[in-house]
Amino acid sequence: MKLAVGAHTGTGTWLMQRATAIVLSLALPGLTIHFMLAWPVDFAGWQALFAPLWMRVLLLLTVLALALHAWVGVRDILMDYVHFTGLRLALYLAVIITLAGSVAWLAAVLWSQA
Amino acid sequence: MKPIARPVYLDLLRIHLPLPGWVSILHRVSGVLLFLAVPLGVWVLSRSLSDEAGFLRMLDWATRPPVKLLLLLAVWAFAHHLCAGVRHLALDIHWGVNLKPARQSSLAVMLAAGLVTLLAAWKLFA
Repeated sequence: MKLAVGAHTGTGTWLMQRATAIVLSLALPGLTIHFMLAWPVDFAGWQALFAPLWMRVLLLLTVLALALHAWVGVRDILMDYVHFTGLRLALYLAVIITLAGSVAWLAAVLWSQA
Repeated sequence: MKPIARPVYLDLLRIHLPLPGWVSILHRVSGVLLFLAVPLGVWVLSRSLSDEAGFLRMLDWATRPPVKLLLLLAVWAFAHHLCAGVRHLALDIHWGVNLKPARQSSLAVMLAAGLVTLLAAWKLFA
């Protein structure tokens, strides 16, 4: 049976943080430059920027990586500063709902006009 | 012999963080700010893509000084978090772990993030 606790479980979390960090350090500046080069646009031009499927997939995957990265980071901060277990678990839940909700909401926004 | 007088409490006005400590705590602060920006960013995107009125409303908001300040804060948070993160990855592979290069890279992170923020301020307010 796989152990759910112990010193080794941190390694996977650590690796996840680094892997998503590398993805984000490439994707976010790249996307920023892409949008800045296209600017200024009107509404039709703005919609057209999100029309290609690759752009929508890229954005969704980037924000998914961002959500995983933010989860590990915010979880670490809460573990450091919030020592009352009940409150910490409630905050974990709020963070998960915020991040998972953001990813799902982004998918809905990006695919609602297709 | 009298024992050396040692502080028995932490006087926050007398102790101060070395530069790598500032980079580290600001990495956390900027990370929390960026976490909060995620749902806000999705909301802005949702409004701006829904119809032309929403798009124009978001553009109009971006011209207001308090919103500009918030944008500037987001730019700083992103720049600092990215630079401090790259430094962290370098430290992970034991690159620049000695005191002197660690202090130098901390200064580089602070300056780079500051420079990006200044450029954004010039773009936003000039």
